[in-house]
Amino acid sequence: MSTVLHSAPKFTSNEGVRDALTKALGKHVIDSSEAHGEIIITVKREAVEDVLRSLRDDHDYQQLVEIAGADYPDRAERFECVYMLLSLTKNHRIMVKVSTDEDTPVPTVTTLWPVAGWLEREVFDMYGVTFDGNTDLRRILTDYGFEGHPFRKDFPLTGYTELRYSEEEKRVVYEPVELAQDFRSFDFTSPWEGADYVLPGDEKAEKEDDK
Amino acid sequence: MSGLTLEESPTTDGEQISNYTINFGPQHPAAHGVLRMVMELDGEIVERIDPHVGLLHRGTEKLIEYKTYLQALPYFDRLDYCSPLAQEYSYILAIEKLLNVEVPERAQYLRVLFAELTRICNHMLNIGAHVMDVGAMTPNLWVFELREDCLNFFERASGARMHSAYFRPGGVHQDVPLKLLTDIGDWCDTRLPELFGDAMSLVIDNRIFKQRNVDIAHVSKEDAIAWGFSGPMIRAAGIPWDLRKSQPYDVYDRMDFEIPVGTNSDCYDRFMVRVQEVYQSARIIKQCIKEMPEGPIATDDRKVAPPKRAEMKQSMEALIHHFKLYTEGFHVPAGEVYVATESPKGEFGVYLVSDGSNKPYRCKIRPTAFSHLQAMDFMCKGHMLPDATAILGAIDVVFGECDR
Repeated sequence: MSTVLHSAPKFTSNEGVRDALTKALGKHVIDSSEAHGEIIITVKREAVEDVLRSLRDDHDYQQLVEIAGADYPDRAERFECVYMLLSLTKNHRIMVKVSTDEDTPVPTVTTLWPVAGWLEREVFDMYGVTFDGNTDLRRILTDYGFEGHPFRKDFPLTGYTELRYSEEEKRVVYEPVELAQDFRSFDFTSPWEGADYVLPGDEKAEKEDDK
Repeated sequence: MSGLTLEESPTTDGEQISNYTINFGPQHPAAHGVLRMVMELDGEIVERIDPHVGLLHRGTEKLIEYKTYLQALPYFDRLDYCSPLAQEYSYILAIEKLLNVEVPERAQYLRVLFAELTRICNHMLNIGAHVMDVGAMTPNLWVFELREDCLNFFERASGARMHSAYFRPGGVHQDVPLKLLTDIGDWCDTRLPELFGDAMSLVIDNRIFKQRNVDIAHVSKEDAIAWGFSGPMIRAAGIPWDLRKSQPYDVYDRMDFEIPVGTNSDCYDRFMVRVQEVYQSARIIKQCIKEMPEGPIATDDRKVAPPKRAEMKQSMEALIHHFKLYTEGFHVPAGEVYVATESPKGEFGVYLVSDGSNKPYRCKIRPTAFSHLQAMDFMCKGHMLPDATAILGAIDVVFGECDR
């Protein structure tokens, strides 16, 4: 591993932790990695509750800090749930990952930590990942009556509806989004480093190649 | 009002009364923003609270995915607008961790100094608001004077009072003049202890203030851990957990300061922890000013931090670097990190996933208020309706951050 130059938070050394944990969790582990000073353990979806219980009770990771969702549309199981765990006694952090798709629920961990309730609601709201056993899986951050899951990569940044106060109806009305100008997403990457569009002036070169 | 369960009450001579549900917020002066709480009351006793958050949801995390790393930085100021620099801190440290870039000492000291000034600034707002929520007016006006001073210091350092965007990956945006440092030092020695001491002398031993806060919302150590508490909330529960001490970043490991902890884990303890933290922050600020070396304020890695303006007038290469940094931005090596710092409100974390391009693939923000607010229900259970405002004030929520 290269030397650490940055001054980000320093916790207890990762040395040996990854091997010890993968060994202890045994058959539940699919993959584990250690990069940028972070230990990430990917586990089987069905086993996530057992894994986290074991990490909490046997390995002193007392606090569930966060559950982060992420969307990788190219994968067969496109969603990831990342559980950030913190050990107050060992002063150490690890991440535990499971993956899932639109239809398959992830077992809830509200049985282990009450804080998981809202965290799971947020992942459900933003990505549409369902949690089996969470009795209160309502939307949390989006509007009442919102449709869709806004943090999915295929959900447009501008959304589908906009709202305004209507002077005629004397209430807030919802309407389909109308953009005054087209949505622009600037690609600032250098054309010399793998732009995925045809460079101006290069159209001709392409044609000659075809011949 | 809607009737829920009909039951016989011992206080009404067998007459049947029903629980009723009230709406607290979304526009309520004690809600500290746009919080709606559906409260189920039995007379004046809170039976159940269902906080509805998300009324200020702006999709910050999604917006960040469409911006370069540097363009995304100002969004962090706008999360918790009471302590802007503390939010930037987690984000830039996450980037630096992925880049593995070395930050010059002066920049590290400057960041610690301004992070602590932010802490004072934030606590001034919260302490004032908490005191006002339970009925005192004057201290709030006094501590707001101090908050104004802090904002003036931010303005002198960065040009902006609130949304400073002062911390940058690899260092800080610009150097500060010596006069600013001496002014901050003088302020910590004279104005802060005087004004803050005066304001607190009205509150700390005040009978009414104690009646409203002592023994309200007691949380055990086990509950504090299970509910994901952090910051002053977990310290008030008697757990000496402070990321500045246990997981030091930048030059916090050189700082000499103490972590105040509570003994009773009630609203009064949470308040007092914050009061003591203000004095500890002033201590850190003074150490920073004393020890701060001369030198560069940003890394000399030109693929991360821009060159000096003067250099650009002479050097073609510097000009190119500047142009590239402010159009394309820098590329961050693929990987994922979770970086959490001790923001004034608790653990503020950033889970950053990079795919090697110039934009974050995913940036999950771990707000401090989310877990604390979730515990509102069990903290308020059995307390009176007016206690809910004291409990909420002691949590220190800001909805820009909670709802993102």
